[in-house]
Amino acid sequence: MLTKRIIPCLDIKNGRTVKGVRFEDIRDAGDPVELAALYAKQGADELVFLDITATNEKRKTLVELVREVARYIDIPFTVGGGISAVEDVEVLLQNGADKVSVNSSAIHRPELITELASRFGSQCVTVAIDTKSTPEGWKVFSKAGTVDTGLWALEWAKEVVERGAGEILLTSMSNDGTKNGFALDITGEISNNVIVPVIASGGAGNEQHFLDVFEAGADAALAASIFHFQEVPLPGLKKFLAENKIDIRC
Amino acid sequence: MKIVIVDYKAGNVQSVLFALERLGAQATVTSNAEEIQSADKVIFPGVGEASSAMRALKVNNLDLLLPTLTQPFLGVCLGMQLLCQHSEEGDTEMLGIIPVPVKKFEAAVKVPHMGWNNLHHLKSDLFTGIKEDEYAYFVHSFYAPVTEHTIAQSSYPEPFSAALQYKNFYAVQFHTEKSGPAGAHILQNFLNL
Repeated sequence: MLTKRIIPCLDIKNGRTVKGVRFEDIRDAGDPVELAALYAKQGADELVFLDITATNEKRKTLVELVREVARYIDIPFTVGGGISAVEDVEVLLQNGADKVSVNSSAIHRPELITELASRFGSQCVTVAIDTKSTPEGWKVFSKAGTVDTGLWALEWAKEVVERGAGEILLTSMSNDGTKNGFALDITGEISNNVIVPVIASGGAGNEQHFLDVFEAGADAALAASIFHFQEVPLPGLKKFLAENKIDIRC
Repeated sequence: MKIVIVDYKAGNVQSVLFALERLGAQATVTSNAEEIQSADKVIFPGVGEASSAMRALKVNNLDLLLPTLTQPFLGVCLGMQLLCQHSEEGDTEMLGIIPVPVKKFEAAVKVPHMGWNNLHHLKSDLFTGIKEDEYAYFVHSFYAPVTEHTIAQSSYPEPFSAALQYKNFYAVQFHTEKSGPAGAHILQNFLNL
C-alpha cells in the first residue's frame, strides 16, 4: 500500500539551516546534511530544502549543498526557493536533487511549469501554493503572504496540474506558525480535485493534526519547527499514525 | 569490478553514483559501446518521458547495443520501462528486451504513484536478505503489469511489477538509490550477482 509521507522542511540560508535547531545528538545543528541524515534515520519519508538566501553567490552555495545532501542522504529530497528558469533546475537535478519546487515564478510566468515538465518530467516538478483564507474564500498569495495574486487556490491548483505539475505543496498562510492544525478544508478540497499528490503545510502542532490532515485527504504533510525543536518527534508521530490506521512507513 | 552507468542524458545519474559510492563502489558514466560491452555490471537509470528517452538512446545507437549485452544489467525506474516492449506513454516502441508492456495507471488513483510502497512476492537473488513487505520509494505514472517475468510486486491498488527479470536483464521500478538501507542492500545484491 502506498503510504502517507511525513516531510521535514529545512530553511537554508547561505548553505546553513536557519531556524535554531535543538538537538542534543547532533554536533552542528546548522549543518543541513547532518540534520537531514538524522531525519532520514528517524524515518522521514522525504525532505524539503527551502533556500532563502538572497545574495549573488546563491546558486553556487545551493548547488554545493544539494550535492552534499545527495552524497550522504538516501531518501528523496526537493529543493525550492528562487527557482525561475529551466537552467536553475537543470543544475539542481544534475547534482542529485529529486524534485524542485517553484512558487512565485510560476505565478509570474505559468509557462515555466510546462517547460520544466516537458524537459525533466512532471515527477520532479512540485508547485508550491501559498494560500490564505479571505472573506471571499481561499486565495493565492505571493511574497511571503503579503501580495494577493487575485487567484483562487483551487483554480490555480487545477491549472498548475494541467500545465504539468507532478505534485502540489499547499501552505496555508492562515495556519502557518499557529500550531493549531493544518487547513483541513482547503487541503481536502484541492486534494480531492486534482490527480496529483498534495503535500499539506502550515499549522502542525501535534500528532493529532497530522492524523486530521491525512483523513482530510492529504497525501503528505510537511512541518519544520515542531521537528527541529523535537516537539513532535518523528518516530513517535509515525507510530501514532500507524496505530490510528493511517498507512505509514515505520 | 568494472561498473558502467549508461549515459543518455535522461538519468538521475548523480544519485546513482553517490549510492554506489556509499557502497564503496566506483562507476564510469559513459555512452561508449566498448566501455559498456567490457563492463562487469551495467546500470541503466532513467527519469522523464519515454519517447524522448528512446530518441536520446538512438543518438548513440544505444538502442541497438543494449539488447546485445550479456553481463548483469540493472534498469531503474524509466530505465526499467525502456527495457519493455511498448509503452502507452507517447505510444512508444521501447527496447523490447523484456516481453512486457507498459501501461498507464487507471484514472481512479493519483498519478504519479509517488512515495513509499511495499515490495511483495519477492523471488530473485536481487532480493536476498530483503524481507517481504519491505518499503521502497516509487515515482512513476506508467507501470508494467505482473507477468511470469515479475520478480517483485507492489500494489496501487492493483498489483504491478515492482521488479522484472529476463535472462541477465534485471529491472526495478522503484529508486534503489533513494530507498534507504533496503535500497542500498538491493543495489549491493546486484553488484554481487
